[in-house]
Formats: sequence, C-alpha cells, structure tokens
Amino acid sequence: MSEDDVWDRRVASGLAFLRRRLSGQYDVDEFGFDKELTEGVFHPMLRVLQRDWFRTEITGGKHVPVDGGALIVGNHSGTVALDALMLAIACHDESEGHRHLRLLGADFVFKMPGVSELARKSGATLACTPDAERLLRTGELVGVFPEGFKGVGKPFKDRYKLQRFGRGGFVSAALRTGVPIVPAAIVGAEEIYPLIGDIKPLARVLGTPYFPVTPTFPWLGPLGLVPLPSKWLIEFGEPIPTDDLADAADDPMVVFNLADQVRETIQQMVHGLLERRPDPFSQ
Amino acid sequence: MATERTNSPEVVLVTGVSRFLGAQVAARLAARPEVGRVFGLDAYAPSAEIAALLGGVDVIQADLRAADQILGDLRVGAVAHLAVISSPDQARGGRTAMKEQNVIGTMQLLAACQQAPALRRLVVRSSTAAYGASFRDPAVFTEDTEPREVPRGGYARDILDIEAYVRGFRRRRPDVAATVLRFAPFIGTTAETSLLHYLARPTVPTVIGRDPRLQFVHVDDAMEILVRSVLEDHPGTFNVAGPGVLTLSQAVRRAGRLAVPLPEQGLSLAAATGRRVISHDQVDLFVHGRVVDVSRLIQEFGFVPRSTPTAFDEFVRSHTDGAVVTPERLAAAENAFLQMIERVRGARGVTA
Repeated sequence: MSEDDVWDRRVASGLAFLRRRLSGQYDVDEFGFDKELTEGVFHPMLRVLQRDWFRTEITGGKHVPVDGGALIVGNHSGTVALDALMLAIACHDESEGHRHLRLLGADFVFKMPGVSELARKSGATLACTPDAERLLRTGELVGVFPEGFKGVGKPFKDRYKLQRFGRGGFVSAALRTGVPIVPAAIVGAEEIYPLIGDIKPLARVLGTPYFPVTPTFPWLGPLGLVPLPSKWLIEFGEPIPTDDLADAADDPMVVFNLADQVRETIQQMVHGLLERRPDPFSQ
Repeated sequence: MATERTNSPEVVLVTGVSRFLGAQVAARLAARPEVGRVFGLDAYAPSAEIAALLGGVDVIQADLRAADQILGDLRVGAVAHLAVISSPDQARGGRTAMKEQNVIGTMQLLAACQQAPALRRLVVRSSTAAYGASFRDPAVFTEDTEPREVPRGGYARDILDIEAYVRGFRRRRPDVAATVLRFAPFIGTTAETSLLHYLARPTVPTVIGRDPRLQFVHVDDAMEILVRSVLEDHPGTFNVAGPGVLTLSQAVRRAGRLAVPLPEQGLSLAAATGRRVISHDQVDLFVHGRVVDVSRLIQEFGFVPRSTPTAFDEFVRSHTDGAVVTPERLAAAENAFLQMIERVRGARGVTA
C-alpha cells in the first residue's frame, strides 16, 4: 500500500509540474534562468552523466561560498564544453548552499538556435562585463572559463596545459564587485573527445570556431558524439579574496598579476589531480 | 528649487492625440486643476471613441509643422511628444507616412521647441527598440548601453533618429528639462498594438530555436510616468518597463495560445515582402528579446510599474476568446487523469 502511495505522489507531482509548464505558471529571471526547468529536468539528466558515465569525484565543495557573489574560475577542455555543465552540477550538489552556477558563454553559443535557449534557461548568459557584474552584484555565483575556445578546442597533445587567460576581464569584474575568486580544476574532460584534427574550411562554412576530428567523430557518425567514459575529478580551491583591491580594477598590472596567480593555482591543482588519477579510464 | 521642480506648466501641448495614448495623457492633464490649458495636435482627426476622451482638450488638426505657430502664440510651457508610431498603419499611408511623421515630424517639432521662449519641459516618447538587436548584447540594457549596430527594423531606426534630435535639442536648450522615456511594448486591456494583435491570435508564429525574453509596460503606468514628466522636472533618459520577464513561449502558454515555430529566414522574408504580416522590428524582437533595467526610473520617479507578468495576466484576462489551452482545462484534465488512476486502482483492489 505504501508503495502505491509513493507512486501516486510521484504521478501527482509529475502532472502538477506538467500543468505548470503548459500554462506558463513559472518564473524566469531577467537573464532567462528557469530554475524549475533546470532543477526538474536538466539536473537529473546531467547527474546521470556525471555520476554513472564519468564517475566524478568532487572535492573542496566547502570552498564554494554559502551565499553572496563569487566568481568560480575553471580550466576549459574537451572539444565540447561539457566541463562547464559538470562544474555547474558539482557546484549545486556539493556546495553547502546548493548554489546555481551562472555560466558565462561565448557569443557563438547565443547565436546558435536551440542551444542559445537551453543555455539561457539553465542560467548562462553572454560573457560580457555588464552581465558578469550584474550577476555578481546581485549575489550570484558566476562560472567563467577564461581560456575560452583556446582551451576547449586545443589538440589532445596539449592536454592539461592551461592556455593564455585572455585580457583578464574576469579579474576586473571580480575586483569591481569585490567578490572572491574560487579556482576550480577539472580533470577528465580532456579525454571525452580527444581532438586530433580540425577541418578549418568546414568550420568556416558552419560558422563554428573549429570543426573537430576525434578518434570517433565524424567516422562513426552520431555514435561519435558519445563522450568517451573517462574518469573525472573536480576540485574547488581556496577562495582568493579581492575586496582589498577594489580600487585596482582598472590597473592592468594588478589585473594581469592576479589573473596569472589564478591560472598558476589552477594549473597546480590540475597536476595534483592528475597524480591521483594515473589511468584516465580507471574506475 | 523644490518648488521649481514641481511647478506645473500653465499651457501644455500634446502631440498624437488621435491615438489612445496621446488622447488619454491629454485628457488626464486637462483634468488636473494646476494645468491651465491643454492643446492636442494631430494630423488626423480622432475617431469618435477617442474624441469622447478629449473633453477638456483643444484639438488642433494639423501636422507637426504647425507646432511653430502654436508654441509661439500660446506660450506653451511643456510639450509632450507622443506622435511617434510604432508600426505602419495602412489606412494612414503605411511605412512612408510613419517615417515621415516619426523622423521629419520630430525634427520639425523640436525646431519649433528650440524657438519657444516659454518652454520649460519637453517629454518625448521613445522605445526600448533604441538598444537594437545583436547576439553580442548584454542580457539587460541600462540607459547607457549603446546599440551595437544600426537595427534593420524601421521603427528602431526611427527611434535612433528621434533620440539623436533630442540630444541636439538638449545641447541648444539646456534650460529646458528634456525627458526621454524608452517604453517597453505597451500592454493592458485597451492597448491595441501590432505585437498584442499578434499575441491575441489563436496560433502565434514564433522562431524555431528561439525563446526571447520579453518585457511589457502596462499602459496605465506608462501614462502615469508621462503625466508626471509633464508636471514635474525629470530631465534625462529613462527605461519604462514592468520589472520581471516573460519568455515568449511562457507568454503564449499563459495566454492559452499555441506557438507555431517557423524558420527565421521565412519570417524575415515575410517581413521584407509582406505588408501587415510581421515587421523586421518584430522578427528581431522574437529572435533576440529585450530586457531593460528600470532602477533609474524607480529612483527618479519613486514609482514602480506593475511587473511584466502581472501586466500580461491582465491582458490575458481580457482576451480569453482565442485561448486554446486554458488553465481550467489543464486542471480539469489533470484531475480526470488522477481520478482515472484511482478508479483503476479501486477496481483492481476489488478483484484481488
């Protein structure tokens, strides 16, 4: 009988969810973040990928601030930016405040029909100063990958070597809003789609930053889209406070130095994680 | 200075009184005891319905060139320029006439204003279309955001021209408090814009793969801000929108309509060729969406417009005719399904 009750409650809550969705009775914030959809649909799907497929181990969740604005900075890799999604779900599940990570994406993401809307509904927005500072000022947790395409689209032989950190715009944003920078290292994303080639003419035609060739794509067609089941480790590092540097947001020297410090910290954390994981496809 | 800031103008000129917004604002101003006379200027005669609103307003039927004479002869203290059209009206000369009135009309009116010695306040209707539409735009526009490129929509281009003229006017007449109000699309039980006509259809064409964020401003709140801009000094440019956001899909669902996703190219083609189906302004809105920051407005006017979802729900309540999926029907279907499960379970229990 009690089993029936559990089942009944599930059906009833599922139906209520469906009714709310179909009648538009839910809230979306000014960036387009749809919390109900993210928690009810996206997160369960990502969790399967993270726990069962990538067997992810997450450490340092206590370093994610319980409330208030903070900037999480991660290393970027993997040809397709799955690492960003995995970092977001790690933040939500492992942080004390169960915080939603608001990712900053390249304009290319927001140009693509479909993808752009999934990105907005899951809480992402364009990587630009006004959006980043607006989110940080309203006390949100913002996720950024300063390497950008240089990181995701780097060849497999350069794996786990952090690329250049752009102009350090993320540091200026953190300094101006006085929020801490939390370094995050992700290991495992490099092996999901090992990039062994790039068909540049095709990328130009499609308007993408690169056209990846991996051991399975495009040779196996849609099957090549399945990420290889590498073992993932995600670590959050100790927050770097910035409130004493608020006046230095426009000082390029301070910004570059801090960006370098963050990059070095993440690189060290990546090396540490790699030592813990000698075999990329271990259990 | 405090008295200066709130002293009301003796004579007010309102343009665009043949339309609902202009007529309402003129009528509200005329009803205020502190305002002496209100003149309404419009090239077209108001319809019977709108003329009924214009009780205490002296309507002058002439195009905006006549402002020169009116401003000189009548010692007008404040001008509210509302003769800005957001979509072509085929009965009134289509896009050509729209551009003529929006751009040339504003130019002529501002030229007249510049020569008017008694003028103290100028209020101009603008639009959040001033921010253009680009994939590299920030999610939320503040008043200081510049458009990234010249928009392709006719209305958006008119708005940029109008604001450029106001900037010129401000330089030449720094003694006049010029208020530019960038309105989000109007909504309300009576606001009949082309966007609302679109959303009131039983099926709403949308763009495949796009779910833009929309904002509306309730027409009553828009009028409140307009009237107060005429009666008090609020120089500057302000976004006027209901806080909060609805996505297009959400708006369509709340209205009980059905969305019909179409390729963007098809809609652009329809905008380029068709006359009334859809405009480039709307296609851009349906691809990019538009959300503005209203903190400057709230701080300056001490007034919070009703939120976008609230204003939209009011619109939905007055347009239930075309609804396909209503919340009541959904709730009924949900109940029926739950009861069916219970019945099946009950029957099984009996047989077992």
